[in-house]
Amino acid sequence: MGNDPYLPILVLLLGAIGFAVAPLALAWIWAKKFSPAKPGQDKNAIYECGLEASGDAWVQFKPGYYLYAIIFLVFDVEVVFLLPFATAFTGFGAGECLAMLAFLLLLIEGLAWAYQKNVLTWT
Amino acid sequence: MDEALKIELSKQGIFATTLQELYNWGRKSSLWPLNFGLACCAIEMIATTMARYDLARFGAEVFRPSPRQADLMIVAGTITKKMAPQVVRLYNQMPEPKYVISMGACAISGGPFKQGYNVLKGIDRYIPVDIYIPGCPPRPEALIDGFMALQKKIDAQQLTGSSRPRHLNADEPSEFPVPQFGAHDLEPSLNPEVWQAPLVNISLADNDDSGTA
Repeated sequence: MGNDPYLPILVLLLGAIGFAVAPLALAWIWAKKFSPAKPGQDKNAIYECGLEASGDAWVQFKPGYYLYAIIFLVFDVEVVFLLPFATAFTGFGAGECLAMLAFLLLLIEGLAWAYQKNVLTWT
Repeated sequence: MDEALKIELSKQGIFATTLQELYNWGRKSSLWPLNFGLACCAIEMIATTMARYDLARFGAEVFRPSPRQADLMIVAGTITKKMAPQVVRLYNQMPEPKYVISMGACAISGGPFKQGYNVLKGIDRYIPVDIYIPGCPPRPEALIDGFMALQKKIDAQQLTGSSRPRHLNADEPSEFPVPQFGAHDLEPSLNPEVWQAPLVNISLADNDDSGTA
């Protein structure tokens, strides 16, 4: 047991668990001994900047924003990958070039779709 | 533990303390105010937190935008009757231990708008106030002074016994009734458990308006 290579890991694991649990346990003991819990109607209510909350929090949002997400993704991901592509371009073989173009095409497809949906014109 | 012995020990490099002192030190050194202002006093409160006056020196720079994370309410400004229910509800939503600083003449008594039909004549009619800071508005130094007074108050609080603070006493309420915005006034117009009208000498009624409701 003395030269078990996993012993330090076990000790560290116990230390880590103790580090996480000890403050929570101390807080729990403190609350039991000194500080009584005082839940209440207002305290447990939904926080709405002091106003009484109206309606349910589980409401549906209009998903129209997904178009912006798609267009952002098209240009953002494209830039992220085009930069390394450009630096390694001269060393590319036919296979890499094809893979890269397929990837770009997939993204540009999103752009074409957005164009067709007529969301690129500023109204 | 004897105070002289404690000082002697600290000279030798040994730091002795009690659980109560440690607890109070922790609470007074990290008071997190609730991030809200009601009127002009809020500008002074904001200035107090900025670089020139730097409330961060006292451990209170973290203004929390949610009452769930705050333990100090600085009522900074005029409380209109429309706003009073929200202020009381925010106080109720703060977890214990919680403290209230009533900053400026308006929060204390209604201030220059005391005679106004729409102004609450002091937040202490609904919630218990720990520190009153007079002024119109009080300067940042005054707020810091009030803040240090609150720290002193916390430092002197007992952990056990009958004089222990409200949050350690299970019988004391943590929430206070939220007034309703009624047709003519807030209903109820005050919480008698927290505030009682001061007795006024009727012979001075002509030139003293301190009891005017």
